[in-house]
Amino acid sequence: MTATPLLEIHDLSVAFGTSSAPVIAVDRLDFAMDPGEIVGLVGESGSGKSVTALAVLGLLDFPARVHCARMWFGGRDLVALPGGERRALLGGELAMIFQDPLASLDPCYTVAHQLGEALREHGSANERRSARARRKRALELLRQVEIPDAEARLNAYPHQLSGGMAQRVMIAMALAGTPRLVIADEPTTALDVTVQAQVLDLLVRLSRERGMGLVLITHDLAVVAETAHRVVVMYAGQAVEEGPVPDIFDAPRHPYTRALLAALPERNEGRARLQALPGVVPGAHDRPPACLLAPRCPFVRARCMRDAPAFAGPPHRRARCHFPLDAEGHPGNDWASATRIEVAAT
Amino acid sequence: MKPPLLVAHDLARHYRVSRGLLRGHATVRALDGVSFALEEGRTLAVVGESGCGKSTLARAVTMIEPPTSGLLQVDGIDVAHASTPARRRLRPLVQMVFQNPYASLNPRKRIGVLLEEPLVIQGRDGARERRTRALDMMARVGLRAEHYGRYPHMFSGGQRQRIAIARALMPRPRLVVADEPLSALDVSIQAQVLNLMLDLKDELGIAYLFISHNLDVVRHIADDVLVMYLGRAVEHGSRDAIFARPIHPYTRALLAATPSLRRARRRTATTVRGEPPSPLSPPSGCAFHQRCPFAIARCTLERPAMRPVAGVTVACHRAEEILAEPAAPH
Repeated sequence: MTATPLLEIHDLSVAFGTSSAPVIAVDRLDFAMDPGEIVGLVGESGSGKSVTALAVLGLLDFPARVHCARMWFGGRDLVALPGGERRALLGGELAMIFQDPLASLDPCYTVAHQLGEALREHGSANERRSARARRKRALELLRQVEIPDAEARLNAYPHQLSGGMAQRVMIAMALAGTPRLVIADEPTTALDVTVQAQVLDLLVRLSRERGMGLVLITHDLAVVAETAHRVVVMYAGQAVEEGPVPDIFDAPRHPYTRALLAALPERNEGRARLQALPGVVPGAHDRPPACLLAPRCPFVRARCMRDAPAFAGPPHRRARCHFPLDAEGHPGNDWASATRIEVAAT
Repeated sequence: MKPPLLVAHDLARHYRVSRGLLRGHATVRALDGVSFALEEGRTLAVVGESGCGKSTLARAVTMIEPPTSGLLQVDGIDVAHASTPARRRLRPLVQMVFQNPYASLNPRKRIGVLLEEPLVIQGRDGARERRTRALDMMARVGLRAEHYGRYPHMFSGGQRQRIAIARALMPRPRLVVADEPLSALDVSIQAQVLNLMLDLKDELGIAYLFISHNLDVVRHIADDVLVMYLGRAVEHGSRDAIFARPIHPYTRALLAATPSLRRARRRTATTVRGEPPSPLSPPSGCAFHQRCPFAIARCTLERPAMRPVAGVTVACHRAEEILAEPAAPH
């Protein structure tokens, strides 16, 4: 890491439910990213990806309980920032794109009106004053996100837009505040595959041109492989592995990452059956005591049921495993001699 | 010779939709003339984007909705002209697994009741035999006997999809129509369910009509592939032929747009522009011409018919010329 990071999260935890029976959504997450970096946050449903995004934006309210030691963003600690100042960042320096664009747009107002709203809050001094300047800028923004026939689209209502077009409008709205960081939560999941490719290309291009940091939250590993520089893999609220894209995809160190990749049809060519990971993600009431993957892990040892592994390793290449896998996919750290567990007959 | 299990010839399903108070009705050609045959024990994958008619096709094939026109034959019998008792005999042969197992299981019925219901409706077996068969089927799909008395909300998404598959198999179908059966599931669970479907196919010799937008999954499970665009088939052939040498520009675009682990970085230029047109106002000529990099004047005027080209059937005026060009690598 060279310059000051754009975003640095220390020890973020989010829990729902009562304090006596908490439901842990995010579990002591540490995370940092540089300006202009594209980081993929991957995991299955319930892994805490979206809750992490909402916590960064400060959008979580009762009954969620958010604990965070520090959350640096652009030289400020978001945790210590007064509510009003923190809110002023949203839609400005810190923007978010949600999964379903047609649910995010207000059906009662035109595209121009909704872009104008963002500009009145976060635009230049001139744009805040003049409706004409806002409309001009709104048109520019629509062109930047490659909406065909942008002039006509300004007066369109959301129901007149296709899914891909609506997501482009959402991206334009995020750009209105010239953000330094955009968090995109499954931005292409609701879109068809040919449209998904276009929208991902657009996000990558905008990030590159503007030096804009992009957190791409997705369950689709292939999307991350094609767009991100770095990946953080989450499992049941914990970050279990992080690293640059080629490392993660070629030589995963955490058994969960390995299993996720191995389960994809693309990695099973010529095989009749896929290599499936048995079992399911632990729920609120069956959270394992130590390593969260232990009940499903093919390499599990007695120690994994006893001590929670630390998120350890070189900076930006950490894995939460007692026996991180080597380049050949074999568990390391004297795994062979570690105590096996008694297999309980079920 | 035995007739194919399922034959669809020029199958169409049109819907009348209201355009408002004073404007009369419009016709959506959701399914507009699709032909294929499916043999016993084979898997045909139907792929395409939203609005291409793949779910309408599923509804027609499962006899949920009658086709507007065209021929549908199940086990050699023409469904449209079959007598009511004959049709009743056909229904168990074709069963369906829906996309969302959170919506397709009645939350107020126990698993055992859900599984036995198809048998009750057919009135074939006694209560004891139904129970035995339900327990057998549960074991087959990886559920335990104690799950018999539980309710759907007590199960995870993957388990619910197993229940839905078990229910589809209860009437001993020979064809299971699966409409996006994996897309509501997580990656690690998708693999479990896909494996289960493959095992069941081997054990029971059933055929699948597998509807999906995920080309990686299709490549893994399918014997044959039917690519649809805006209610019509654009390419149809064996899986190996279609994935090794896609001909139709839309098939090529789909393959190129599918994200892959193997590409380190996204290619810079996307192959197709724009989005699928509305089925309410389909373009003239070839439905794909507005997005097609190979389009010529003829494509805007004349709709290409499905015709055999190099071992597959494809609906494209320029198939031979395109074939001469190297395909986008996938």
